[in-house]
Amino acid sequence: MLKPMRYIDEYRDPALARKLLDEIRRKALHHWTIMEICGGQTHSIIRNGIDQLLPDTLELVHGPGCPVCVTPLESIERALAIAAREEVIFTSFGDMLRVPGNARDLFMVRSAGGDVRIVFSPLDALQIARDNPLKEVVFFAVGFETTAPANAMAVWQAAREGINNFTVLVSQVMVPPAMRAILSSPDNRVQGFLAAGHVCAVMGYEEYEPVAREFQVPIVPTGFEPVELLAGILKTVELLEEGKAEVVNCYGRVVSRAGNPVAQETIRNVFEVSDRQWRGIGLIPGSGLGLRESYARFDAEKRFNVTNISAEESPLCMSGRVLQGMLKPDGCPAFAKECTPQHPLGATMVSSEGACAAYYKYNITVS
Amino acid sequence: MTIAPICPAPIMQHETVQMAHGAGGRLSQALMQRVFMPHLHNSFLDLLDDQAKLDLPPGKTAFTTDTYVVSPIFFPGGNIGELAVNGTVNDLAVGGARALYLSAGFVLEEGLPLAELETIVKSMAEAARQAGVMIVTGDTKVVGKGQCDRMFINTSGIGSIREGVTLSCQNLKPGDSIILSGTVGDHGMAIMTSREGLSFQSQITSDCAALNGMIGSILDELPFAIHAMRDPTRGGVAATLNELAQSSSVGIEINESTIPVKPDVRGACELLGIDPLHVANEGKLVVVVTAGDAENALDLMRSFDLGRDAVLIGSVVDDHPGMVVMRTVYGSRRIIDLPLGEQLPRIC
Repeated sequence: MLKPMRYIDEYRDPALARKLLDEIRRKALHHWTIMEICGGQTHSIIRNGIDQLLPDTLELVHGPGCPVCVTPLESIERALAIAAREEVIFTSFGDMLRVPGNARDLFMVRSAGGDVRIVFSPLDALQIARDNPLKEVVFFAVGFETTAPANAMAVWQAAREGINNFTVLVSQVMVPPAMRAILSSPDNRVQGFLAAGHVCAVMGYEEYEPVAREFQVPIVPTGFEPVELLAGILKTVELLEEGKAEVVNCYGRVVSRAGNPVAQETIRNVFEVSDRQWRGIGLIPGSGLGLRESYARFDAEKRFNVTNISAEESPLCMSGRVLQGMLKPDGCPAFAKECTPQHPLGATMVSSEGACAAYYKYNITVS
Repeated sequence: MTIAPICPAPIMQHETVQMAHGAGGRLSQALMQRVFMPHLHNSFLDLLDDQAKLDLPPGKTAFTTDTYVVSPIFFPGGNIGELAVNGTVNDLAVGGARALYLSAGFVLEEGLPLAELETIVKSMAEAARQAGVMIVTGDTKVVGKGQCDRMFINTSGIGSIREGVTLSCQNLKPGDSIILSGTVGDHGMAIMTSREGLSFQSQITSDCAALNGMIGSILDELPFAIHAMRDPTRGGVAATLNELAQSSSVGIEINESTIPVKPDVRGACELLGIDPLHVANEGKLVVVVTAGDAENALDLMRSFDLGRDAVLIGSVVDDHPGMVVMRTVYGSRRIIDLPLGEQLPRIC
């Protein structure tokens, strides 16, 4: 028999999962709608069929925490324009390559001769820049507070080493402003949140306490494995049933109240808060990060002069409503019809963390 | 003093592949004599004809072809040459054929060290010997630096199909059992983790192997109980099961708890966010067998080294034709879909 894998199998224990489910069924006396913020959590929920195992009184809605999904179309179009340039090596996390712009994606740019490479870390992109001094190396810096420290670190190192052929195309976003936007919407249905575990690992959960107080919602930082998700859901249900709008940490093995101060300082050194467009949602003030003036020379938008490129979303795509928890992916009229992973209309169908892709992959109704 | 004029003779001893090695002239001959023939020679190749003239046994003949473009060409547990022999032998074997003869076509990149080519040719000869097949005809072309990635190999194979055996992916019947010969994802993750740019320290080795010995034994013992066999290469077990379900218009149900995955492979898959069911194998077998003979098939497979971890992973059902559904360890069900597109660099 194969040995169990430490730090993973404990959190996938079926017996423990059943116990938590029983407890959730016992505690959930009313109907509650809970949003998991993070796309990684959505994926784990659907992959393990956790939504099928919950009582009917609990509804999970899937939040905007997939960086690929919320990167605005205009950033994609700018990436495509930069990647097509002869002097450029364009580097990106793999998921972004399949996100369609208006007419093409990065794979198509690559097949037309563009040098587009998948990297697993921005520091790998920086190494490519060191190795190719005659090329312009651009990294597509997308993501939430989780990717921001490493992305900031790459820029900081480039500055320190005087690497001038490295720039970043920034589309960094942050969770708390998006939560406020969702909770402020007149159509909001969300009554409690599973906060994104890895975002909280960086930022801590102190910054969620004012959100919980102001909007009277419980917020529970939660991990990604089935047992952790169920523990997070159970705690959220308990808080909802008790009427407590508090932040309670259910991801203690990774998250502390203050987070990771070194990572936060790295972010602050390189980035500053900015307004940011979210794909499908629109402009959320103060929801993004942009390069500080002192690092402006590493801004790919400026170096390649693409700030004039803008783009319009497909009118059929309802990913904005999906991302705000107002619509389930299979409630969209285009789901699995005009919109499939092969022919995605919006990014939620593209990313492996996207709610629509997760539904399509794991959850098409079994007859 | 006078110096005798010397005509500059062309260099004949090269350490690397030159364009002239593929031009059909003297260097082509030298390559043949120095690198290929010492390892591959047999009564067919020795004739140096443009074709092999074969006597085939009576009955049905199986014929298959595959092209190997794996990068890197040397990987933990094997190389492109072994893969090119074993892969084509396996494609014949899963159709119920005894693999007999292979062809080998090489596309070499200018500048490839001849020592590397020789290592690869040597392991092709060894793999062919182990699988009991002969490489009876071949071809070599050279392309300019940068026009291919070191080396591509095409192998085609001919085999004779066993009397009375009719294996087909259209043969699945509700009630059939599905057996997997061992751990999933070894080959794909060996390639992935040895690839440039991913600084993994891992012991994952490819499972690259010829399955014809084990398959032959299964078909000798249970010729009528086996409905279909496939080697789950690109797209992994997920793709193979989907193809079987679609071809036979039946449903397939598997149990998550039964799928064997090595800890290293699982760890690498976890880190990279890849489902081991979607990862390529090069020495694994999926067998669809009547339920009554499933235990016999399992026992038989477990008596082989290549099948010692063989396990019953699921069954064929009437429901959801064309679809593969997995029961998770939590009791929920999810669809196992075809992998979408590129998950890994070139793996075979």
